[in-house]
Amino acid sequence: MTDLLWLIPALPLASATLLIFGSQWWGPRSVAALGVGSVAAAGVCVLLTILSWQGAPLQQTLWTWIAVGELSAGVSFYIDGLTLVMLSVITGVGFLIHLYSAEFMSGDASYARYFAYLNLFVTAMLTLVMADNLLLLFLGWEGVGACSYLLVGFWHFDAANGAAARKAFVVTRVGDAAMALGLFLLFREFGTLDIQALGSAATAQWEVGDPTAVLATALLLGGAVGKSAQLPLHTWLPDAMAGPTPVSALIHAATMVTAGVYLIARTHELFLLAPPTLAAVAIIGLLTLLLAAFTALCQNDIKRILAWSTISQIGYMFLGLGVGAWSASIFHLMTHAFFKALLFLAAGAIIHCLHHEHDIRKMGGLRSRLPLVFLSFLIGAAALSALPLTSGFFSKDLIVLAAFEAPGIGPWLWAGAVLGAFLTALYSFRLVFVVFFGRADTLPDRQPGPAMAMPLSVLCVFSLAGGWLGIPVASVFPTAAEAHPALWVEAVSIGLPLLGVAMAYVLFLGRQWDASGLVESAPGQTLFRFWHAGWRVDGLYDWLWVKPFVGLTVLLKSEPVDRLYGAVVALCQFCHQQLSRSQSGRLRQYATVMAAGVIVLLGVVWRAAGG
Amino acid sequence: MDGLQVPLEHVLGLASLLFALGLTGLMVRRNILFVLMSLEVMLNSAALAFVAAGAHWGQPDGQVVFMLVLTVTAAEVSVGLGLVLQIQRRFHTLDIDAATRLRG
Repeated sequence: MTDLLWLIPALPLASATLLIFGSQWWGPRSVAALGVGSVAAAGVCVLLTILSWQGAPLQQTLWTWIAVGELSAGVSFYIDGLTLVMLSVITGVGFLIHLYSAEFMSGDASYARYFAYLNLFVTAMLTLVMADNLLLLFLGWEGVGACSYLLVGFWHFDAANGAAARKAFVVTRVGDAAMALGLFLLFREFGTLDIQALGSAATAQWEVGDPTAVLATALLLGGAVGKSAQLPLHTWLPDAMAGPTPVSALIHAATMVTAGVYLIARTHELFLLAPPTLAAVAIIGLLTLLLAAFTALCQNDIKRILAWSTISQIGYMFLGLGVGAWSASIFHLMTHAFFKALLFLAAGAIIHCLHHEHDIRKMGGLRSRLPLVFLSFLIGAAALSALPLTSGFFSKDLIVLAAFEAPGIGPWLWAGAVLGAFLTALYSFRLVFVVFFGRADTLPDRQPGPAMAMPLSVLCVFSLAGGWLGIPVASVFPTAAEAHPALWVEAVSIGLPLLGVAMAYVLFLGRQWDASGLVESAPGQTLFRFWHAGWRVDGLYDWLWVKPFVGLTVLLKSEPVDRLYGAVVALCQFCHQQLSRSQSGRLRQYATVMAAGVIVLLGVVWRAAGG
Repeated sequence: MDGLQVPLEHVLGLASLLFALGLTGLMVRRNILFVLMSLEVMLNSAALAFVAAGAHWGQPDGQVVFMLVLTVTAAEVSVGLGLVLQIQRRFHTLDIDAATRLRG
């Protein structure tokens, strides 16, 4: 079925092109049909490919994209188990989110523009995961970044949204620059950017721990960290919530932000040659997941809580990659795409039905008023908290146990990960209890329609049952030894999320324990504000980079170099004014000056002659 | 020399005095007619110095230059008087300080 491969990215691209150039000819119904239908058709192509897949990697070269000197990069696709998982997630979850958007965005003045961007994003993301060389992957990588920028700033009449979009673009650009350098280094070393060729060449040429390997993978990691919003480049993701909620679900939860995980998994042969980088991946993941979990606990904006939780969950994926649990990470990527898309779409439904209210303190008692949304959110939160038998449980448990088995720092990684799991359960169920229980402050003015209800229902099923899906990545990654940790380790890993739910119940619903005194005490307030501001990383960057840069631009705006030339001009003008004042036009004065000049000259000559 | 009864120093002193008088007149008089007359005095003082020098060294050049100065003076006066007429016509005064349109 290789004939169909090119259609997978081509269909959304065609739709995006039609929508961009023909937006004035389409009514809202045909825009929605085109936008949703193209992704659905791409999804069907993916399904057909999966059904006919024999287990061997598929390759298809469409044409040679760039051929300069040694460099030859084709528009060519490489499809193996990993790609198929990504393709299913992108087209499957992507289709559901497109469908949801058709209702969510109805009535928006830029309906066609929205679907054009969204389709373009799907195209870029599909290119990213299907590419068989790193250059084409980088094209998709930048493409999703550009679409993320366009969609975060979709409602660009509000200047704050534009600022959020710029921040998302600029911060990820830092990582992208590192990644581009990594590509240059790899090309210099091996003369090719073909991923499979790179893998075998690197294995042959480099020993484990080779400094060049460490440098190259560290640069690739820089790109992954930027795109996947990990420490220290995570600050853009919470602000990216300025975009429409389905965009947050698709780009900033399910697909684009996991591109970094995909990149590391795709180039795992390189990373295996660089144990220091792998350890850095694990530690970055651990720190990020803890930082983001603490921050999520202190937020009040429903979308920001989910954004921080996304950062935290990608931290788990990085942790998994770092300890060599490749397939567990990809598995968590998939289940996370299900339950986080579900959570975002449910949050979008709440916002949609509640007059664009974002603050959870003004919500409450929605359980009976929005039953479907409540059910979706409950399932999503359960999966996010990794409660037993939900999809998140299977994937997260694999990562946590693999972290324990890691040599050396393993138990520490495990301890951090289960602490993160406890916090995840705490903030997830805080959200559930505060939003859906208690007193009703704001009443919904409508119910989600069928186009919003259907994706929610489907994602509910996947969030619950996604854990039983097998992912065909065994042939892609080296087989990891099955983790068999002690019973108490398993018990703690499973038990802590339950404890988190119980604690959330005690704190936010039953209120048997009132922690407000603790929070309102002076150290409690300091800590709360510190966590609320995301550990003040934004403030740090502001102080470290933004303020000096702005100061420099203000300085340069006054043209300091031109001051010198300005001084020359001013001097000339001053002298000119003085000299022109002597041009009085009075003949007698001229005569006097001339006479004086002659006398002076005569005096000079007389003295020079030695008189 | 036989023909010279007056010492050269005296003649040159007179010429200098005349030149200084002319220059002073040029600098202080505002009436354009007097300015022209002051110019004449200065030119003639120079011519006198030439003549005296020529007589002192017994050379004819001094008198040649005197003739030249005389011609130049005649030309200068004709142009100068034309200017005087023009200034009188345009400014209705002979005050030289009224014509300062060329000031910077």
